Amino acid sequence: MSAPERATERERALRIALPVATLLLGVAIWHLVVTIFALPPYVLPGPGLVAKTLVEDWALLSESLRVTLVTTLEGFALAVVGGIGLAILFNLSRVVEYSLYPYAVILQVTPVLAIAPLLLIYMSQQGAVLACAWIVAFFPVLANTTLGLNSVDHNLVDLYRLYGASFDQVLFRLKLPSALPQMLAGIRIAGGLSLVGAVVAELAAGSGGAGSGLAFRISEASYRLNFPRMFAALILLSVAGIVIYFALAGLSYLLLRRWHESAVSRER
Amino acid sequence: MPSDFPSSPRSAARPSIVALRGVTKTFANGTQALGGLDLDVAAGEFVSLLGPSGCGKSTALRLIAGLSEPSSGEITWAIDRAAAAPRGRDIGFVFQEPTLMPWTTVARNVALPLDLRHTPEADVTPRVAAAIERVGLSQFRDAYPRELSGGMKMRVSIARALATDPTLLLMDEPFAALDEITRFKLNNDLLDLWRALRKTVVFVTHSVFESVYLSGRIVVMTPRPGRVFKELRIDAPYPREESFRTSAEYAGYCRLASEALTQAMAAAA
Repeated sequence: MSAPERATERERALRIALPVATLLLGVAIWHLVVTIFALPPYVLPGPGLVAKTLVEDWALLSESLRVTLVTTLEGFALAVVGGIGLAILFNLSRVVEYSLYPYAVILQVTPVLAIAPLLLIYMSQQGAVLACAWIVAFFPVLANTTLGLNSVDHNLVDLYRLYGASFDQVLFRLKLPSALPQMLAGIRIAGGLSLVGAVVAELAAGSGGAGSGLAFRISEASYRLNFPRMFAALILLSVAGIVIYFALAGLSYLLLRRWHESAVSRER
Repeated sequence: MPSDFPSSPRSAARPSIVALRGVTKTFANGTQALGGLDLDVAAGEFVSLLGPSGCGKSTALRLIAGLSEPSSGEITWAIDRAAAAPRGRDIGFVFQEPTLMPWTTVARNVALPLDLRHTPEADVTPRVAAAIERVGLSQFRDAYPRELSGGMKMRVSIARALATDPTLLLMDEPFAALDEITRFKLNNDLLDLWRALRKTVVFVTHSVFESVYLSGRIVVMTPRPGRVFKELRIDAPYPREESFRTSAEYAGYCRLASEALTQAMAAAA
């Protein structure tokens, strides 16, 4: 193994080891603070208690996690399909773009927390939650895909014209592959945002029952002063967000690693 | 003694495959790129359009390719292009940039013109292999464009233009962005290809030296709006090799072309 290779290897190890060490340190400080100041669980539960709650309440929490994840994934899927579809439509027709784009922006800049109660009046709870996840997540897909579709190499467009390419060929063989890096950037942002949207809507909905998600569990636990469960649910939400982020980053890497500068590692 | 005669549409001896008559092009923003261009391209010749940046050379090439329509004037083809199947069938185009699709391999890039016409894969594979072989990149058929040097990318671009076996090859300052060593090498390789494949080449350049080295005929254009200022016939025999680049004959032609270019600029000013 050459010296530069060893250096890269070490850097890669550090990139995993350092955040893990920070986490352990944080948990240790948390534990010490709780122990030294003898904080009762209703002020700040220690990490041990939170872990114990996570295990004991797993049946309840895992069901809520499933509910939240399903909403998130549905909202995400709709955001990806809707965002890309709308971007293609915008790319094809100036009239559609000019007519609709301002409203896509308005939908994006209006805080979803303020829209959620309104949606809950007109839609079923599940529908409203899904709509919130979609509203927050679709815009980055739309904006980034639009940028990508508009940045296609003009000479390549000419070349396709020269060879008499059909509409489908230009779209599927040229425009979409060319926009893929930007599209994936949008999708990566949308993944995290659809979780945010789902959580916000659940909090706004605020009603319980069998089919209630993690965010509802958090607010419910807060009313009951069940702080360990609040922390446990919060940790599950964070982990879900982290998994979504890495899954999408991995997907992006796999699709771009052969050709796009963003995914190609360079020797320095 | 190099021959030197004023522009004439009938200066080409062989039958022309495409003729431009009084072609003008004015863009929507009011820019007049071409102001009455007369040009004949004879079958099998290597003709260069030489002129300063922005003299409408590239516009002329795009008009010939059918990528843009003239504002007035005519472009007539000797062969019936309507009968010769899909548009662009017999034109290969090489841009100043390699213009490759970065998301796919060299082979898939070269195959593009064939793929777009739904050529059966069994037909595509040998033709693509042959085109890549001709530009000397056989080992790189599965490489991605970003893994290639600038000169190699341009070779891929040339291979792609040749994939459909076009009769006419249009080249828009293809080597302008390359270093001189690579450029000389590609000049030689292009001449070899031209001689071997018997294509007709219209080559746009702003380099006096390149145009003299490559062409049988140089069309010197005036600055915007572009018109033919003068035609120079380069009678030095092919094959031309590195020895030609250092010959007194070459230097003589370069001086003539250079003078014509200076006069063209002065005439417009």
